[in-house]
Amino acid sequence: MGAGHAHLLHLPHDSAVHRLPPEVKIAASVGFTLLVVLTPREAMWAFGVYALLLAIVVAAARVRPGWLLRRVVIELPFVLIALLLPFFGGGETVHWLGLNLSVTGLYGAWNIAAKGTLGVVSSLLLAATTPVNDLLTGLDRLRCPRVMTQIAGFMLRYGQVLGEEAARMRVARLSRGYEQRFLWQLRAWATGAGALFLRAFERGERVYVAMLSRGYAGVMPRLGGRPARPAEWAAALTLPAVTGAVALAAALT
Amino acid sequence: MDTVAMHISNGIVGPGTSGVFAAIALAALAVCVLRGRRDLDDRLAPMAGLVAAFIFAVQMLNFWVLPGVSGHLLGGALAAMLVGPWIGALCVSIVLIVQALVFADGGVSAIGLNITNMAVIGTFLTYGVLTLLLKVLPRKPGAIAATAFVAAIVSVVGGASGFVLEYALGGEVGDISLGKAAGLMIGVHVLIGIGEGLITAATVLAVAKVRPDLVYALRGRALAPVAQESAA
Repeated sequence: MGAGHAHLLHLPHDSAVHRLPPEVKIAASVGFTLLVVLTPREAMWAFGVYALLLAIVVAAARVRPGWLLRRVVIELPFVLIALLLPFFGGGETVHWLGLNLSVTGLYGAWNIAAKGTLGVVSSLLLAATTPVNDLLTGLDRLRCPRVMTQIAGFMLRYGQVLGEEAARMRVARLSRGYEQRFLWQLRAWATGAGALFLRAFERGERVYVAMLSRGYAGVMPRLGGRPARPAEWAAALTLPAVTGAVALAAALT
Repeated sequence: MDTVAMHISNGIVGPGTSGVFAAIALAALAVCVLRGRRDLDDRLAPMAGLVAAFIFAVQMLNFWVLPGVSGHLLGGALAAMLVGPWIGALCVSIVLIVQALVFADGGVSAIGLNITNMAVIGTFLTYGVLTLLLKVLPRKPGAIAATAFVAAIVSVVGGASGFVLEYALGGEVGDISLGKAAGLMIGVHVLIGIGEGLITAATVLAVAKVRPDLVYALRGRALAPVAQESAA
């Protein structure tokens, strides 16, 4: 596929996790997150175990923790909201450093912060170890409907067209003496959005016609790659399996 | 409430409610796949891809609404106008799925909630509103722009109401009063809706003027030749 070259969150190198076929990684990552969310918030030890499990995957994928941490800030807005909860939640309160903190609010904050962070790290690991095109192949092998992978493929392809067209228009605007100012330029910006869409579409249409004339019929030919072997499924599904066992133990205690 | 507009993160709404809405989203998507397959011809396939890419880009554009609360555009109305409700809902869902898997934006366990709010409510409610408006209003550029504007506001506020409903059913964030949450969410999203409405109207208008054949909601009919009239 001509689309989706290196993207921001992908860390191109080689490791055991990088080599796994995409479909098993998607299944493991989604399974892990779902099980984490199902774990009762009171079982704090379980979340420690989950963090440890993720740390093992991080080490196996040879992703530097600093690289990962810089990208975890995506969820910062949610954590900030979570920090407010102990002050605004009602019900029973505890005193800490002279502050009145709501118990349900504290649990709510912990719940969002812990589950949110684990989920974000798991998604980031998937993205770091899997190129976007492989992700589409993975979804296809997981029997995601063809219409959806087809649209997703076009989305990636045209994302790039859109970006390049926007860069061209920016150069054109700047070379005509355009100066970015706030509200005064809203009209120019709005018509610019419409023009960008049309330009990108017409370029995209040409790409599509070129694809059709080369025999495209809704599916990209698979160049290399093979479906996952049972051993690879087993290796990847160890993560959700252990997570499930911990979640079950946490729910029962 | 959630600051990244309506991308609900993991752990904000309880697993039971998330499960129910995941089932709803899955059923809706199954219908969309069946109906969409019929719609997705040579003309619509690249358009659907571009609409998805455009929505993807536009959702990254966060703007400041109130102190501490920022929001971004959702794109449901744009999708409904340009590619129709079936493919439109698929486009928005794909954006949400890729964002959850690759960019960790919006929780994987909340994907059903996010799809219900932004893809299903966002496009179908909007499609109803805009078909109605297009029937009533004359086929003039101004009317198309107004339709897109209103439809966009409806889609954003509808999605926000969806979140309020889900939060009322299974919110896990302590006991912030529902009225306060509803007021804040809907108030903020009326403002976001106005921003979204302006961008949707500008984009749809630009496409409708030059290539009316590309606007699904116009069903292949060109605008009334008013461009000349108003110029005269």
